Amino acid sequence: MSTQLLLVQALNGLQFGVLLFLVAAGLTLVFGVMDFINLAHGVQYMLGAYLGASFAAWTGSFWAGLLLALPAALACGLVLEVLVFRHLYDRDHLSQVLATFGVILFLNQAVRAIWGTAPLQVPMPELLSGGITLMPGLQYPVYRLAILGAGLATAGLLWLLVERTRVGALVRAGATNAPMVAALGVDIRRLFMLVFGFGAMLAGFAGVMAAPILSVEPGMGDTVLILAFVVIVIGGIGSVRGAFLAALLVGLIETLGRSLMPDLMRLFLAPSPARQAGAAIASMLVYIAMAAILAVRPQGLFPVRTG
Amino acid sequence: MIAIGRRGMLGGLAAGALAMPALRARAQQQGVKIGLVAVQTGPQAALGTQLRDGFLLGLKHLDGKLGGLSAQVVDIDDELRPEVAVTKVRAALERDKVDFVVGVVFSNILQAIMRPVTETNTFLISTNAGPSTFAGRGCNPFFFTTSYNNDQVHSVMGQAAQDEGYKRVFVMVPNYQAGRDAVHGFKSRFKGEVVDEVYVPLNQLDFSAELARIAAAKPDALFTFMPGGLGVNLVRQYRQAGLANIPFLSTFTVDEATLPAQQDAALGFFSAAPWAPNMDNEQNRRFVRDFEAAHNYVPGSYAAQAYDGAMLLDSAIRKVKGNLTDKAALRKALEAADFRSVRGNFKFGTNHYPVQDFWLCKVAKRPDGKFQTETVRKVLENNVDPFAAECRMR
Amino acid sequence: MRFRFGESALPLLVLALLAAAPFLGFGESWAMTLLARTMILAMAAVSLSFVLGGAGLISLGHAAMLGFGAYAVVILDDAGITEAAVVVPVAIAAAAGFALLTGAVAIRTSGVHFIMITLAFGQMAFFTAASLAGYGGDDGYTLYSRTSLGGTRWLEDRLVFHYACLGLLVLSLLLCRMLLASRFGRVLRAAKESSLRVRAVGFDPYPYRLVAYGIAGGIAGLAGMMLANATEFVAPSYLAWQRSGDLLFMVILGGVGSLHGAVLGALAFVLVEEWLGHITEHWRLIFGPLLILAVLFLRGGLAGLPAQLAGVRVRG
Repeated sequence: MSTQLLLVQALNGLQFGVLLFLVAAGLTLVFGVMDFINLAHGVQYMLGAYLGASFAAWTGSFWAGLLLALPAALACGLVLEVLVFRHLYDRDHLSQVLATFGVILFLNQAVRAIWGTAPLQVPMPELLSGGITLMPGLQYPVYRLAILGAGLATAGLLWLLVERTRVGALVRAGATNAPMVAALGVDIRRLFMLVFGFGAMLAGFAGVMAAPILSVEPGMGDTVLILAFVVIVIGGIGSVRGAFLAALLVGLIETLGRSLMPDLMRLFLAPSPARQAGAAIASMLVYIAMAAILAVRPQGLFPVRTG
Repeated sequence: MIAIGRRGMLGGLAAGALAMPALRARAQQQGVKIGLVAVQTGPQAALGTQLRDGFLLGLKHLDGKLGGLSAQVVDIDDELRPEVAVTKVRAALERDKVDFVVGVVFSNILQAIMRPVTETNTFLISTNAGPSTFAGRGCNPFFFTTSYNNDQVHSVMGQAAQDEGYKRVFVMVPNYQAGRDAVHGFKSRFKGEVVDEVYVPLNQLDFSAELARIAAAKPDALFTFMPGGLGVNLVRQYRQAGLANIPFLSTFTVDEATLPAQQDAALGFFSAAPWAPNMDNEQNRRFVRDFEAAHNYVPGSYAAQAYDGAMLLDSAIRKVKGNLTDKAALRKALEAADFRSVRGNFKFGTNHYPVQDFWLCKVAKRPDGKFQTETVRKVLENNVDPFAAECRMR
Repeated sequence: MRFRFGESALPLLVLALLAAAPFLGFGESWAMTLLARTMILAMAAVSLSFVLGGAGLISLGHAAMLGFGAYAVVILDDAGITEAAVVVPVAIAAAAGFALLTGAVAIRTSGVHFIMITLAFGQMAFFTAASLAGYGGDDGYTLYSRTSLGGTRWLEDRLVFHYACLGLLVLSLLLCRMLLASRFGRVLRAAKESSLRVRAVGFDPYPYRLVAYGIAGGIAGLAGMMLANATEFVAPSYLAWQRSGDLLFMVILGGVGSLHGAVLGALAFVLVEEWLGHITEHWRLIFGPLLILAVLFLRGGLAGLPAQLAGVRVRG
């Protein structure tokens, strides 16, 4: 494997990681601040993609679709919050898990019923549909660079919000010790709604951004959800910084693992079984990495919780 | 609370169960029940929908009758989970007393239900899955398939690659049995160099790593088998990465089920199949025209083969004059395959897999804006699958 | 006193109904296969409830234990061995062994980290099973025949199989109940409340939890062996994380902390899914909200329903 190819693979890994970060950021905030396990975060990502696809088809423009989908995703998130999640904040984690699972079942089916089972197509925006030549014969789509850029910008924005604003201070305090914050007289309900809504919007945004390159279909949120949980556990629950680094790490492991494992296996096995064994091990790599990290730092890379 | 409610239902069921035998006898004179197995849940549900739409159109063209008997369809959603399929098919056989089990998109589901169905002496007509397990020594007198043997289709692409003179081909498939069969099938006729064999996870979304590898290897062509959502993502990302100048040879990757999502990205990509919507014979024209009128999308092989399945059943039941109890006669009638297939030539081999022509197809855009695959040239004629010789039936 | 009878009344009623089911209209083959599957899943759910409610270990990889039991049957079947005297111990040992090995690592963590580690191990088991090309890989493996009992093919008879499943379910319930009531169980439950206090009294929770996890794994392995027999087909999808999730949901629905609740949860899940599936293909649109309502209104899950109803009556 040449250095050039390795660099391209690393770039691919970072781009995937950034997309994961967009999903994981909302999840870690909700879990950290509200101590709420939201399994339905994956379907919020899916809803974002579907809403973006529909609005883009209706208006004929990807950008209009994106601009309309964000408030729509926010609205859906808030509706869910008021109808279901609000009643679960004081319940134990397991009840939250079961209830949010019910939400997943319902929304996956609803999406199927409304949009049908066939994958939807979202055209790439004209502005970003070019490519730059990274390697002879390989074009790197400008759109993917845009995702990378958008993800980094969002990370920066989040950092600014969380570290430098008063609301951010409240969020950080809430993630560290929520009952104390409530005891200090902050309207914890409104803070929760704010965090939840913002998390839902982030997930929806990730969905819309991913739509042109990945397939928009029912159940698309489930794989992403599992990876997002892996990310927040590695990063440390409640820590946005942790989620960012962990997401990049997971993205790199996934991508580089897939490219390098079969070659690595070729050192030990004959070509054909090496490729299959390599592929199998590559699928497990993220989980092995997570287990290894948790063995050394059980609370994740940047633990936040004290209360 | 729940328990008492069930008691009432159970009592009703018991009464119903006792009354069944009498009803069954009457039903035999009146109609035929078909258990239609197709995946209706999850990312691959679109394929199951096509299968169902194709079969039901066949029934409609036959005025709702198969061989003169009025047909009733029992829908079975296998959810792409073998254990669910087994349970539901058993229920269909024993509770609903279906006379035939038809359909099945995926090979692993077929594998799971093969024994439960054939052990009750019920005919299993697959209209899509065609694993090699049942083509050779595992051939079964109660199993027929109106599609093909999976390996065959991949070997067609291998032959086409050989004919085009490609020397170095990059191979990429999903990491499961059908993927491995695809590689095997392709290599059976392609004698050049396989530059690399890449196996990707079944739920892969992002092919950027593999595409970079392909670019680095600079092959003469790519051969891939990426069904459903995998194909949608691969094709679009392939085009976006600027790799479209490397010929895209595929099976089940650019078909009418995925083309609506792939659109222009798939233009000019190749595929291999025994049928394409643009085939010019009377029954195919009628099939495609009525299908599009009813469902507003272009039918793919899943629908076409299911349509043929309905026609096959019609011809067989007509031959035995509606007597479904004489299984030997019914088998002979099925083997005769006395119907006009939408692909033109159709007959069964000794192992109940079709002997048919295979074509190299290309993705094209129709004047009305819809996409379909169109035949380019015939690659194999009256092709018998490689496992037929091992079958010891008859 | 009255409440204790009330507590046992529901599970006893359910078990009695299950025993009588073949004669209450569920006598047809397909219905008995469904019930067998339900009882087997209930058995696995009971073992999960044992570690979850008893020891506070929330495992999202329990399907892997079932998978180990099922694949033990597959591997022995491929080698031509179907005798129960061999298959049963191997299935239990394989699953318990996997549980002990993975538990040794996982039990060092707690809370959501424990959940994720068990998920990780479950996924590893899943991918390994999918890559076993010799046993069908992803497509699965059809058994040649069911497990034989001392040379006979008794388990092939659906009625015998039904009562075998029911018997094993009852045995698992009794075993887990006995363990929880014993000194061993008391240490477990105390450690669940506060491992600090337990340590202060001189007990190290770790070995107790590990043993509990191993036992639960063994029971699930036995359930897996029966599952392989019930469907006569085994596929890697049996080990998917969604199946682990299903087991967890059954336990939660039934009521955490209640062993027989797991049975109720399993029954509810499988039977409601089957029943709703007949009504409409979009049954999940109803099932999802039903689960949400169950969580919101059934505090204590299905097992807590009688107490909740009685409580309402007392007040009103």
